[in-house]
Amino acid sequence: MFKHWKQGLASAVAMATLAMPLTATAELSDGKLKIGVLSDMSGVYKALEGPGAVVAAKMAIEDFGGSVLGQPVEVISADHQNKPDIGASTAREWIDAEEVDMITALDNSSVALSVQGLANDKKVITMNTGAGTTALTEEQCTPYGIHYVYDTHALPVGTATAMVKNGGKSWFFITADYAFGHSLRDNTGAVVKSLGGEVVGNVNAPLSTNDFSSYLLQAQSSGADVIGLANAGQDTVNAIKQANQFRIVQSGQKLAGMLVFITDVHSMGLDIAQGLQFTTAFVWNQNDETRAWSERFHERHGAMPTMVHAGVYSAVTNYLKAVKETGTDDSDTVRAKLGEMTLNDMFVKNGSILPNGTMLHDMYLVEVKKPSESASEWDLLRVVSKIPAEQAFIPLSESKCSLVN
Amino acid sequence: MSMQVIMAQALLGLNVGVFYAMLSLGLAVIFGLLNIINFAHGAMYMLGAFIALIGYSLLEQWFGISLQIGFWASLLVAPLIVGILGVLIERLFLKRLYDLDHIYGLLLTFGFTLILQGLFANYFNVSGTPYPGQPESLSGVVNLGFMYFPTYRLFSIVFSLVVCFATWWVIEHTKLGSRLRAGVENPDLTQAFGMNVPLMVTLTFAFGAGLAGLAGVLAAPIYSVSPLMGADLIIVVFAVVVIGGMGSIMGAILSGLALGLVEGLTKVFYPPAASTVIFFLMVLVLLFRPAGLFGKEK
Amino acid sequence: MTNRILFIIMLVAGLTAPLFAYPVFVMDLLCFALFACAFNLLLGYAGLLSFGHAAFFGGAAYITGYVTKEWGFGPLLGILAGAAFAMVIGTVFGFLAIRRQGIYFAMVTLALAQIIYFLALQMPFTGGENGLQGIPRGQLFGLIDLNDSLAMYYFVFAIFLIGFGIIYRTINSPFGEVLQAIRENESRALSLGYDVDHFKLLAFVISATLAGLAGATKAIIFQFAALTNAHWQTSGEVILMTLVGGLGTVFGPVLGAITVGALNHELSAFGSWVQVILGTIFVVCVMVFRRGIIGELQRLVSRKSG
Repeated sequence: MFKHWKQGLASAVAMATLAMPLTATAELSDGKLKIGVLSDMSGVYKALEGPGAVVAAKMAIEDFGGSVLGQPVEVISADHQNKPDIGASTAREWIDAEEVDMITALDNSSVALSVQGLANDKKVITMNTGAGTTALTEEQCTPYGIHYVYDTHALPVGTATAMVKNGGKSWFFITADYAFGHSLRDNTGAVVKSLGGEVVGNVNAPLSTNDFSSYLLQAQSSGADVIGLANAGQDTVNAIKQANQFRIVQSGQKLAGMLVFITDVHSMGLDIAQGLQFTTAFVWNQNDETRAWSERFHERHGAMPTMVHAGVYSAVTNYLKAVKETGTDDSDTVRAKLGEMTLNDMFVKNGSILPNGTMLHDMYLVEVKKPSESASEWDLLRVVSKIPAEQAFIPLSESKCSLVN
Repeated sequence: MSMQVIMAQALLGLNVGVFYAMLSLGLAVIFGLLNIINFAHGAMYMLGAFIALIGYSLLEQWFGISLQIGFWASLLVAPLIVGILGVLIERLFLKRLYDLDHIYGLLLTFGFTLILQGLFANYFNVSGTPYPGQPESLSGVVNLGFMYFPTYRLFSIVFSLVVCFATWWVIEHTKLGSRLRAGVENPDLTQAFGMNVPLMVTLTFAFGAGLAGLAGVLAAPIYSVSPLMGADLIIVVFAVVVIGGMGSIMGAILSGLALGLVEGLTKVFYPPAASTVIFFLMVLVLLFRPAGLFGKEK
Repeated sequence: MTNRILFIIMLVAGLTAPLFAYPVFVMDLLCFALFACAFNLLLGYAGLLSFGHAAFFGGAAYITGYVTKEWGFGPLLGILAGAAFAMVIGTVFGFLAIRRQGIYFAMVTLALAQIIYFLALQMPFTGGENGLQGIPRGQLFGLIDLNDSLAMYYFVFAIFLIGFGIIYRTINSPFGEVLQAIRENESRALSLGYDVDHFKLLAFVISATLAGLAGATKAIIFQFAALTNAHWQTSGEVILMTLVGGLGTVFGPVLGAITVGALNHELSAFGSWVQVILGTIFVVCVMVFRRGIIGELQRLVSRKSG
């Protein structure tokens, strides 16, 4: 807890300069590169991105040598509290008064859309690692917005397909009631229908719901084969735990977590989570390279990285590379360079960033291990299959993004 | 719409209703004697839940004391601590405001709400921390025919009902209760007869606060423990109180239970209105019976 | 006399603020200052504690956002539409709430405001948790581009001055005097033949409308209408602003809004400690500082001259 206090203090000092004359900060800010990490530091998504994203960004900068083009690289961070207005006004200040060059994290689709729109007006690059909605690269795509880790198109491709093929034909959704949940529900429904399944019902639950019991009972009485959880983070954890309390799975229905992170599995425990299948972009113990990085992360953060943490590290690293190679922090130049690069690091293999902002990369369908199969505290997942990048993400030819077609 | 679904949602509604009842009961007792609406009632409910959580899993980590306060002990310890906090707030702060407009009491307790909420939000996730101490004996599931219902939830309903009706009985049928009621109706006269009214006021405030703390402990295993859990609840409870009226203890209990049921049933028939139905009922009551269903105009 | 000096200070500070501070931040403060002044009209002069003023502030923001974004209203017309909406719900709330007094009045307004909050959460046009995003700042009178930060600033400052002027006139009119008479002694006002409920309702509606004006303006500044503005915590914050600055004083709420707003802003990196600090200020104000900053100053001045 004291760590938080210090972090707060550091950024408070940074924020305090806001009150000073604008003219004084203008010269200074050009002298360095500033990266903003805007995340949920206190709520439902804290564990999956939050303070861990700051750790990952700092690791990326340290591994890069702490500076680029002879200038120091700084990290500034803030809590958007899952409120899009707070996210947007923080980003506005960062850009206007702090001269932040790139904003990352942005878990929570509502926040992400508002910040990406604002950053576009101000010509600042956003590298979104946390939010899900495909609107970021489709209907509301921008020339400066990059969607790095996963989206609501990639998630159901693996998970829903596997569930339908195993006999889960009829679906009932419990949906987080905002941009992300809606988008995930609609995209999953489309996959289910395309495979001959049907969607029999839906109920919207507010973000950060503590008691899912009445929604679960509605889902149960629908008689659907599968209850699709179009939510994330602690909402998913609560829903799965309470489904267990009300004996929903034991009564014959299956639960499909459409977005699950390793931290969720860890907090539910294998007894409850075992057998759950979901889609992810990163498995920490997949190979020596991922394991080495993840253990370093674990040492500093106290938990293994989610795909989003690994994504922040990769995004910041590649952004710095692009700045170094082009010799400027001009957004247009750097964005163009990022579009030309082939991305290769511990997180991504042969990735590329499309004109609409989608970072094209492989995803994985994983299954939660049984307690007997797990060798250690964080040994929780088994890779079932690889989902090739072209299948996971919306092909450019079908894109609704105005920059493409 | 099958009967099964209606029964199931009604039972869940009753589960919420017992918490409304316990909180509105505490508010009514305090209001009866002090004429103050305790805005911090929700924060005290939250505090009760956090005492249970910290007592169970964090004492050693935080304070280096190798002591664990289990669920059953928490049912005693948490109301006691919250009650003591109530004594402090009443003696040190509220007491000095009795001669002023009663809205200052409301504002003061609102300030305490912010302080308590902010303190816990610093150290705990606002979306909730699960309470791990639910007793083994209550961890099963009961098959009620129309649904499987977690044993613990059933226990929380029964336990709360017992507490509510016991409180009512004490106030209506014992000597202590009759003194209390006398103090409410005519503090000067009561004091003239040699009863210590200020002490009674303090103890009543402590009791109301303790009741909120107790409700918090009971809620912890169900809803997981969050700094905002009381804030979300207390505004609904205010509406419950306006609907029921402040006149009677029984009124506070019954309207709490009934409105929980109404909310549960709304989830069956028109889910989007579930979060607003109580407020709309309040508007109706205000239009046709401004003093509340059980209230008398003060 | 003191008021004239304070007014000149406020005018000069307001006109020059963009030179030395981040304009968007000052605009935010101005909105809250107007909001607090509107609230003060009700609590400070009519003695009615509304715990639901966020409904007008936040509700108006949604209407302004919607009509400017979807119906192509200009910024001025959009803001007026928002204020008009606040006036309508203010009338309904006022009609219901004045049926109860004192603490009940506070609880009723709080519960009513919660209805608006849930409507904002659930109605399709508000965008729910997403908020109403991408509200255009537009052109004032079709001439002045409000995307320019300074143009926007002086537009907001003008709105603030107009709102402030309306409140000042109201307080110093015969109507304002009757309100204060009701606050001092309701039954005496009643026996003097005043229709007390009528006066209370009118005060409530004026206060709600101006609170709406402030919220509507905020929507244009941030190009955003969001749930935060309609949340009960915002209702609590405006009470605090008024209390800190000085209940029932003309300039108190302005100073209070600046104090609380600056505190919120400067300490935002400390997370929830801000709440703890605001709560503590609340307690201190209620216990020992009930006159607020301006109230205490006035007392000092009058003691010296007296």
